[in-house]
Amino acid sequence: MTQIEQVSIEKFKHLVSERALTGETMLLNMGPQHPSTHGVLRLLLELDGETVVNCIPDIGFLHTGIEKNMEAKTYQKAEVMTDRLDYMNPLGNNLAYCMAVEKLVDLDVPVRAQALRVILTELQRISSHLVWLGTSGLDLAAMSMFMYCFREREQILDIFELVSGQRMMTTYFRPGGVWRDIPVEFEKVVRDFLKIFHKRVDEYETLLTKNPLFLDRTMTLGKLDPALALSFGVTGPPLRASGVNWDLRKARPYMGYEQYDFDVPTRTEGDVYARYLVRVQEMRESLKIVEQALNKLPLGPVRSDNRKFVPPPRSEIGVSMEALIHHFKLWTEGFSAPKASVYAAIESPRGELGVYMEGDGSPKPHRVHMRTPSFDNLGVLPHIVKGALVADLVAILSSIDIVLGDIDR
Amino acid sequence: MDKKLEPIVKAAQEKFGAVVEEFRGELHLVIKPEKIIEALTYLRDEQKFEMLSAMTASDYYPQSAPRFHVIYQLNSLAKNLTLQARVPVSGDQPKLPTAVGVYGMTNWRERELFDMFGINFEEHPDLRRILTPEDSEGHPLRKDFPLGYEEPQFTFNYDEVALRKMFAKE
Repeated sequence: MTQIEQVSIEKFKHLVSERALTGETMLLNMGPQHPSTHGVLRLLLELDGETVVNCIPDIGFLHTGIEKNMEAKTYQKAEVMTDRLDYMNPLGNNLAYCMAVEKLVDLDVPVRAQALRVILTELQRISSHLVWLGTSGLDLAAMSMFMYCFREREQILDIFELVSGQRMMTTYFRPGGVWRDIPVEFEKVVRDFLKIFHKRVDEYETLLTKNPLFLDRTMTLGKLDPALALSFGVTGPPLRASGVNWDLRKARPYMGYEQYDFDVPTRTEGDVYARYLVRVQEMRESLKIVEQALNKLPLGPVRSDNRKFVPPPRSEIGVSMEALIHHFKLWTEGFSAPKASVYAAIESPRGELGVYMEGDGSPKPHRVHMRTPSFDNLGVLPHIVKGALVADLVAILSSIDIVLGDIDR
Repeated sequence: MDKKLEPIVKAAQEKFGAVVEEFRGELHLVIKPEKIIEALTYLRDEQKFEMLSAMTASDYYPQSAPRFHVIYQLNSLAKNLTLQARVPVSGDQPKLPTAVGVYGMTNWRERELFDMFGINFEEHPDLRRILTPEDSEGHPLRKDFPLGYEEPQFTFNYDEVALRKMFAKE
């Protein structure tokens, strides 16, 4: 057995107040195994009675070195790892990664593939917000929310299974389009979901929005000032709940988001309740986008026909020699990208998900960096929990909606 | 290049001697390490780049001067613009002044770069490792850091390899 190292306060002296050194305030570990930290997150709390004086997050328990591993894989193979980043939003991660590759090698995506990407990422946004709503309800003792939210999430995961064969780790989007066309049942299944989900959101709201217990636990808590949010790079619903109208889907449309009519919900209060309202409203807006995209889903190919980057369909390989050569080259050597760098970003359910990608003329990326929204959103936590109660800290933490896979990478 | 970016780029060239690169419509300003804090402050206050979207680095080993590029991806909400500032950092005791005073988010991102690349951010208030354990050795994202793999054990060298295994030491 190795010796268990004695941890002394010396290491954190610059982060806690002087009262902790004299023993007047208490240092307490919350996590890494705690139901309210939404994963393996450790918060070192300095407490004065029940009040939080300082909060020092300790992350990295889920660090898997995805960025390093990507440097050793070809562009097609590295994509599989993006699913494991933010496991509540695998399709969004695929999209950001594919957009970076497409920008780097200058590859076009057919309109049908773009519309499919929009439909599926919006469904993914709903499912991610449902997990947030369920677990955050659980943190605030609204137990039934969890059951209802996971019931609907199951339906969305079934749609993903229908199109990609996988419920969560889909890797359905590929550089240049999507893996393959959707099955014929797809439209009916999505329409069925849309039909019931409008009413289901109303049901969630009846349970929570005007519930006095819920209001008491959430209102005026964890106030986030817009200037602080911008300085800390906070994006997504926490930023919009603080009164900054910033959504990459509107500001810098990608995948044809400019064709769809939707609003960006914003609130000015910047508290836990405002973040709740923004997310619930976002689910309704996502439904609007899915509906419009489904109504005018264009026909045509779902993959680019640039054979230097996208493998040919199976039917061609048997009859065309060029197709066979392309297939062989793409799956053994891969395609090369120029010696340059790009940055592509999407609006994920948690905020700006950016991919910095640098090629070096070989089939493997020189550097891939995922700018994950949870990392920067959690960075602001120590500044907004000061003076809150420990029970409120749980509510504030869950309102930021972190995913530890997204933070630690 | 976006029309709105032209005056900003011109000002950066004059004030900080920035070198401009362009690829697929993205602008990169290469700025010297000693000027970077001044440049970031100028871009935030005068040119309304309120937010730093991303901060990362890239290693060009075995090239040593400069070995690293530290990358600041700036974002302007008011003008809807992005701009990238790149700072070359030497491979010999890499260091850079901290930008915590300009953008709060660099606090954690600089800790990440310290952890992953071993770049020292001077006067950073809390420069500790963030993702890897405190007692770990080396900086994983450097190009000379090996990608881990399991060494195969055969009957003739089983014990020899077992001694080298990370978790089998006890």
